[in-house]
Amino acid sequence: MKILVCISHVPDTTTKIQFDSAGQELNKTGVTFVINPYCEYGLSRAIGFREEGKQVSITVLCVGGPEVEPTLRKALAIGADDAVRIDAVPSDSGSVAGLIAEYAREREFSIIFTGKESLDFNGSMVPGMLAEHLGTAYVPAAIKMELKDEDSAVVHREIEGGKEIMNVTFPVVISCQKGIAEWRIPNMRGIMAARKKPLSVVKPAAVPAFVESTGFAYPPTKSECEYIDPDNVDRLVSSLANKGFI
Amino acid sequence: MSVLLFAELSDGIIKKSVLEASTYGYDLAQKLGVNFAAVTVGPVDPSELEKLAQHGVSQIYTVGSDNAEAFVNAGYAVAVAEVAEHIGAKAVVMAQTYNGKAIAPRIAVKLEAAILNGVITMVDPSQSYSGTRMSYSGKGVQSFQAVKDRVIVLPMANSYGVKENPVQSNTEVFTSSSSIDAIDAIATELLKVSEGVSLTEAEAVVSAGRGMKGPENWPMIDELAQLLGAATACSKPVADMEWRPHHEHVGQTGIQISPALYIAIGISGAIQHLAGVSSSKTIVVINKDPEAPFFKIADIGIVGDLFDVVPKLIEGIKSAKATV
Ligand SMILES: Cc1cc2nc3c(=O)[nH]c(=O)nc-3n(C[C@H](O)[C@H](O)[C@H](O)COP(=O)(O)OP(=O)(O)OC[C@H]3O[C@@H](n4cnc5c(N)ncnc54)[C@H](O)[C@@H]3O)c2cc1C
Ligand SMILES: Nc1ncnc2c1ncn2[C@@H]1O[C@H](COP(=O)(O)O)[C@@H](O)[C@H]1O
Repeated sequence: MKILVCISHVPDTTTKIQFDSAGQELNKTGVTFVINPYCEYGLSRAIGFREEGKQVSITVLCVGGPEVEPTLRKALAIGADDAVRIDAVPSDSGSVAGLIAEYAREREFSIIFTGKESLDFNGSMVPGMLAEHLGTAYVPAAIKMELKDEDSAVVHREIEGGKEIMNVTFPVVISCQKGIAEWRIPNMRGIMAARKKPLSVVKPAAVPAFVESTGFAYPPTKSECEYIDPDNVDRLVSSLANKGFI
Repeated sequence: MSVLLFAELSDGIIKKSVLEASTYGYDLAQKLGVNFAAVTVGPVDPSELEKLAQHGVSQIYTVGSDNAEAFVNAGYAVAVAEVAEHIGAKAVVMAQTYNGKAIAPRIAVKLEAAILNGVITMVDPSQSYSGTRMSYSGKGVQSFQAVKDRVIVLPMANSYGVKENPVQSNTEVFTSSSSIDAIDAIATELLKVSEGVSLTEAEAVVSAGRGMKGPENWPMIDELAQLLGAATACSKPVADMEWRPHHEHVGQTGIQISPALYIAIGISGAIQHLAGVSSSKTIVVINKDPEAPFFKIADIGIVGDLFDVVPKLIEGIKSAKATV
């Protein structure tokens, strides 16, 4: 069974986000980039299938420049078999989905894992567009997945205040949410092995962009915190009442 | 030409998040000088459709799908895209719900439209639908413009507000070619864990963290939430330890919310937690550690023991309610 895991390369979650002086893009100085945590859930789940004794081959893919290769190597160290970098600037979800679709179309992946969303632009649109391009099923925000046989699975997806249990026949695009697997830390052997695993660079197909980013700003800053004494909780009550919450 | 609203039904009900999207869609249609229409998929009571007329929708298309109870994104997307083509929609507007986010990308590909997800302001149709949205998990505001002349807009929950715009509306049954497609993932079971207020559309959220010590102490959080008509949420470790269900976990790797009121109890305010809640309008923090980072973004802070402060708060709200 062939599995593709799409990973995006994002600033570490502890990063203090700063933009360049023109407000055009992220100031990358001193920023550590990591595998988008949601994508890592997908990678872990794929490796889990192998540990359950299934025959799987796991390819990780990232659309980006040479700077994303360490991130792909980390995915190889965690346990993917080979890596693909589509050599293009990931400018918007529409073009990223188009590029991945062109790559995946003839390659007969049974399962394509993605993250629920990418922690940079928080678009959460790539997986659904990918499924539509490829004409496959799509299960968003999956929190559990068990294989039934070679070409079907039971997947739980998160919905408002609960979950939905779905039957799905492959091929399928699954976007991963916390719960589907635990993150894994690569061990020394994995890191050594990763150096020898294949990482191929693919020329991008010609795909159109849908949205253009025109700049960044910081969210409005908060006013000073008003401290209330713990012995004067009624003041909080009246404050909430004044704001119409009671 | 027109603007089309995907009026999502949740068990046959049109929820507040959809009315907010409707308010947005109506204003966008006014800007464009075009009609504002809506589409529903699945069985719906006329009284629910009346809500749409109250919020600016003058033309309603109902698509009766046999299997609409089982939400299937491929089938829904076909129906909504067909209605959009039928009326020549320039823009499709929908709420940023789980289901909205599931069908929007499919519709975008079908219509070759630009997706504008999590938009926090009204887009400007005369400037390539330029507008702003949150990015970097609430740490940045991104400006954008569409490269297509058709758009799909998902306003961020609680960012635009609900306003009534009563109009005369006409309802028509639309026959769609949509069915549960071979490619659809079929839902076999629906498990609603919480019966309370939905987290993403809640006006007020009461959230608690590891400072609670254990799941046995949650009744006071539930009681406080109930008094405020609030939804409950929690920090990641609390969900990881299964003190609370997964879907309550907010933050960078959980749900991102923007309620009018967020009360954080016994949560330190780690950067990953703040990423999911920092767009909340009023933030109240209760923590015994004066150095807790959460106070940096709080509007109101109480440095104290939550086991002392929360019961007092509950009593205070009860007596305030009694005197009203
Ligand atoms: C990649 C990544 C992603 C993450 N994503 C998320 C996310 O999405 N959401 C999230 O929440 N976290 C996330 N985290 C975890 C985050 O870094 C913090 O560990 C977590 O938010 C801490 O949860 P907490 O505040 O409940 O617990 P703690 O940090 O342990 O804080 C408990 C707080 O309770 C206070 N307290 C204790 N007792 C009392 C008392 N009696 N009265 C009053 N106050 C008391 C303490 O002073 C302390 O401030 C992520 C971490 C990583 C690495
Ligand atoms: N540049 C990229 N390369 C590979 N996969 C990506 C890229 N951008 C997004 N994705 C995938 O799509 C998911 C959702 O991203 P987004 O729609 O951008 O929020 C991510 O978790 C990835 O799995």
